[in-house]
Amino acid sequence: MDMRNTLRFLHRGQVRSLANVDPTQTVLRFLRETDGLTGTKEGCAEGDCGACTVVVGRLQGERVEYRALNSCIMFLPTLDGCHLLTVEDLRAPDDALHPVQQAMVDQHGSQCGFCTPGFVMSLFAAYHSDLPPERQPLADALAGNLCRCTGYRPILDAGIAALSDKQPDQLAQDQSEVIRQLREIAPTDGLALENAGKHFFAPATSDELAALLSDHPDAQILAGGTDVGLWVTKEHRRLDTVIYLGNVRDLQTVTETPDAFEIGTMVTYTDAFDTLATAFPDMGELLRRLGGLQVRNAGTIGGNIANASPIGDTPPPLLALGATLVLRHGPDRRTLPLEDYFKSYRQTALAPGEFIEGIHIPKLGPHDELRVYKISKRFDQDISAVCAAFWLRKSGQKIEDVRIGFGGMAAIPKRAHQTEQLLRGAAWNEATMERALPALDRDFSPLTDFRSSAEYRRVIARNLLRKFFVETTTSSPARVLEYA
Amino acid sequence: MPEAIKGGVHAALPHDSAHKHVSGEATYTDDIPAPTTVLHAYLAMSDRPHARLTRLDLTAVRNAPGVRSVLVAADIPGEVDIGPVAPGDPVLAVETVEYAGQAIFAVAADTLDQARAAANLAVVEYSDLPAALTAAEAFDQQSFVSPPSQLSSGDADAALSRAPRRLRGVFEVGGQDHFYLEGQAALALPREDGDMLVHSSTQHPSEVQKLVAKVLGRPAAAVTVEVRRMGGGFGGKETQAAQAACIVALLANATQRPVRLCLDRDDDMVMTGKRHDFTVRYDVGFDDNGIIEAIKFDYLARCGMSPDLSAAIVDRALFHADNAYYLGNAQIAGYPCKTHTVSNTAFRGFGGPQGMMGIEHVVDEIARTLGKDPLDIRRANLYGPGRDVTPYEQTVEDNILPELLAELEESSDYRRRREEIDAFNAANTVLKRGIALTPLKFGISFTTTFLNQAGALLHVYTDGSVHLNHGGTEMGQGLYIKVAQVVAEELQIDVGRVKITATTTDKVPNTSATAASAGSDLNGMAAQAAAREIKSRLISFAAEHFKVPEGEVQFAANAVHVGTNKLTFAELVQLAYLNRVSLSATGFYRTPKIWYDKENGRGRPFFYFAYGAAVSETVIDTLTGEYRILRTDILHDVGKSLNPAVDLGQVEGGFIQGMGWLTTEELWWDDEGRLRTHAPSTYKIPTANDLPDDFRVSLRPNVNREETIHRSKAVGEPPLMLGMSVFFAIKDAIAAVAGGRLIPHLDAPATPERVLMAVEELRARLAEGEREAAE
Repeated sequence: MDMRNTLRFLHRGQVRSLANVDPTQTVLRFLRETDGLTGTKEGCAEGDCGACTVVVGRLQGERVEYRALNSCIMFLPTLDGCHLLTVEDLRAPDDALHPVQQAMVDQHGSQCGFCTPGFVMSLFAAYHSDLPPERQPLADALAGNLCRCTGYRPILDAGIAALSDKQPDQLAQDQSEVIRQLREIAPTDGLALENAGKHFFAPATSDELAALLSDHPDAQILAGGTDVGLWVTKEHRRLDTVIYLGNVRDLQTVTETPDAFEIGTMVTYTDAFDTLATAFPDMGELLRRLGGLQVRNAGTIGGNIANASPIGDTPPPLLALGATLVLRHGPDRRTLPLEDYFKSYRQTALAPGEFIEGIHIPKLGPHDELRVYKISKRFDQDISAVCAAFWLRKSGQKIEDVRIGFGGMAAIPKRAHQTEQLLRGAAWNEATMERALPALDRDFSPLTDFRSSAEYRRVIARNLLRKFFVETTTSSPARVLEYA
Repeated sequence: MPEAIKGGVHAALPHDSAHKHVSGEATYTDDIPAPTTVLHAYLAMSDRPHARLTRLDLTAVRNAPGVRSVLVAADIPGEVDIGPVAPGDPVLAVETVEYAGQAIFAVAADTLDQARAAANLAVVEYSDLPAALTAAEAFDQQSFVSPPSQLSSGDADAALSRAPRRLRGVFEVGGQDHFYLEGQAALALPREDGDMLVHSSTQHPSEVQKLVAKVLGRPAAAVTVEVRRMGGGFGGKETQAAQAACIVALLANATQRPVRLCLDRDDDMVMTGKRHDFTVRYDVGFDDNGIIEAIKFDYLARCGMSPDLSAAIVDRALFHADNAYYLGNAQIAGYPCKTHTVSNTAFRGFGGPQGMMGIEHVVDEIARTLGKDPLDIRRANLYGPGRDVTPYEQTVEDNILPELLAELEESSDYRRRREEIDAFNAANTVLKRGIALTPLKFGISFTTTFLNQAGALLHVYTDGSVHLNHGGTEMGQGLYIKVAQVVAEELQIDVGRVKITATTTDKVPNTSATAASAGSDLNGMAAQAAAREIKSRLISFAAEHFKVPEGEVQFAANAVHVGTNKLTFAELVQLAYLNRVSLSATGFYRTPKIWYDKENGRGRPFFYFAYGAAVSETVIDTLTGEYRILRTDILHDVGKSLNPAVDLGQVEGGFIQGMGWLTTEELWWDDEGRLRTHAPSTYKIPTANDLPDDFRVSLRPNVNREETIHRSKAVGEPPLMLGMSVFFAIKDAIAAVAGGRLIPHLDAPATPERVLMAVEELRARLAEGEREAAE
């Protein structure tokens, strides 16, 4: 396979071409240590505080899409073909502050200032999106940025002020030149980097990917990097061979058929949001609260499934919806129900050299209900103590079919088969629900950890079935986030 | 209208570094460019809570690639202990380890990755010793880091036995990680003669200087410590910054190369102290109207393995065990329990918030026992005429809470909303709402009286520009701009003419920590004194030079009127220089009136009190324990604000931080004494989506009756305690599950888990009661 051996990205008006880089060096360390650009800060090295936020532009057809990302967990070669912007790049040529920066000053949006560059970059990304200048969407866009000083009110006000009166900024004025430069470095070919015994491959097509994986079955697949990145930045593990999926355009598609959605494995949470939130409103709400926006901009649904964490957020609803996976090995494909993918703690049905190519999600029928509940210490950007999804197909008052998926209750994301069994075929009423409750204790033996005690998890599981019953049979308010 | 200077006192100026913050140009300790010879330090930690070190073989560490120096306690040329007040904090472990996370040895290498990789090659063997992990365990063993202390007034025992009603109970209040966004950081640069320059992210440069000198075995004069700004402090960089600074200085001394260290998030959270968690035991007597007649409190603090500042922190908890209330006969005891956990330390409020949570819990319980609105019981117990002496015998002279609470009750529409909430709760089973109004009274001054001093240094250059330096440090609280405003006001020049400079021990020596909310009170006064000194020299000179009485020399906005002459400030300064007038001065301030007799637990430890109150409304989900803050109204007293924009930021930010402490921020140790919530993925501070849906914050117009700097009040710590309103609003919503007939028990923090378990327990008791009634 003929592959390019130079990483290329656009930074400060120049195309950077780098051949000898540590492929698992983070963008943050590159900026601070190699370039001496210290405006971007490290606050946690795990993508949970946003102090390291940078904005990355990717060519999408005729335009460039700019998104906020956590540079602390982002490997440098994932910038291939991208436009990188940091807090140092925002002032106008006459040194005037960017409107989002000026609004932060005007609204007293900084105190200690350490988180500020990250907030500024998140606001800058919002400035280059169609986000409405309102508190709730802004808070959603900023929930991945932690501030310990201000209490956020002035930062939200700064965002509202800046987004209410958008003017074409320097980036907008430079856009045609940026597009020209990005076209020149578009990663239509595969990238292969080698440095001190570490290999990094970024194939451009799924065929190329399948072939590479067959050749390197032990390679670590890298999708959004919101988990794998931490293996390096937190666990200090060495990854010898990494195969990055971000340049594989044909894995980034969402297709709608009459009965289902086909989600490519590299579709990010952000890119899947509109489709899934429209079809399954509760899944939209789940995705809104999954990670911070920087994580949703990087993380993928395929990655969330592939790493088989027992506390991943998308598996419970996908189990409840009866999703299936398309697995590929070389030229061969097979389909597998999602629930058969999870074998035991972090063990999956994936064969060496095989990868998840796509996810098939059946649509809801006219008599189907789906409810998803994510229970965590904090609403935003937290990992679930328990995540539960209930799918119910009714025929009159009778439960024709039901699927219940739970996360956080076992070593893998898991269906509540015994509970389902008791519900299936019964009338959907309080007596049925009460009868089914004890079965949850037979389905699951949860553990105690720092997120939750086993007892809380058990109570939550029962109460979520109760809540599902209340929500599907009455109109009384049952969610604090929907209560106004 | 007369012209005014730009940026005098009371002006709502932006933070002095706001432009640099938003552009990434503000330099923090780890951003300071170092020579290419700089080495990177890494600290290896104990993974046992209490153990003897039986073997420490560092051969492989020393031989690892890039390693330039490996340091153990025995290699330290000076003293090993860096306890700030009393010994107990070895900079590197000596023979035993007393918490999981204690530093055992340090490595300096060419890169951080090399230093870390090398440290992992060490062979460390332990022999475990018994570990006490909770305050209660240590209390049972009577193991303390410093002697217990007590405040008492009247005869609590006698009054308790006389009281018409009595309640006893235990309440737990959790700790809190500072979660400053910038971790502990230091950079040491060796200089000639064995001197050392240390850039340290510290709230207490003078102490870091003292301790660096101590470990190096050098005089304090050989060490300079500088800090331009911190990326957040909150008390967490008062004593805790010293270790990183001492380590880099020791390694720099050993290698004669610059050395830097910035603890990453996990190491920082595991290695450094936090807010103390407390167990509060109480026995309260009260009458049928809920008026407290007597109370006995035991405050058990988990101090960790060393004294650090715990004695003063426990004292401040005791000083605030009254919060805003007259307790009558009180006996309040504090126990600084020694545990084999990280040594807890200063955190915004310094024990005061925990003290207040104790009494607020008690007042809430009294109200619920009597079936009354807690607000009525709170108001009934406030300090007032004839009921104005604290348990430490300071008379509360400046109490504004009766009026402040009445105003807030009115402006927040409390009574109407209470009715509306009751109606909602009667009609809904899954969701329940609650509301609570909590007051706060916070004592201002270091309770260690000698710390209430400050110095400043002011140079005026011949172009009329002014160089300002003082002992206070900038951690985001806006101290630098406030003090600059004071100087601008005094000299009647635009604040832009006042150059703000980094805090450094070679300009202003022997400073106190920037702590106890006292930064602007102390340093503002010291800087004002320096400015007045220069001003008075200029006035004397001008009067003599222009042959006018001194009364005819007047500093107006950017001009000095001397008789009929009008000069610019720069012109006068230039003239003074040519006539050999000194244009540099120091200023000094010591807080008046305060004293404290610790032996007898009486005195006037506080110059004055800051006041505030908040009312919060919540909705909880009784099936999951989740909750949301629907609305918060705050009315807070900052005296006559030096800078209303900065003060508003302190009030809002303090409230949210206090809310986080009492809601989602949970520190969780495993059975082996290891902290398992040591990063933002597991330790949850509030996000932008957690602020109240409707958030109304006002600074209450007031003038400090004491002669503080321009009659302002301290603002750093007090607003944190406004967060108590959220906790008690959540409890109020839980209580609604039983319709007020039963009292829920809720400890802090009120995580969704605690809330749900309280609801479940309440429902179980309700069901029990119904069964019994049926039988």
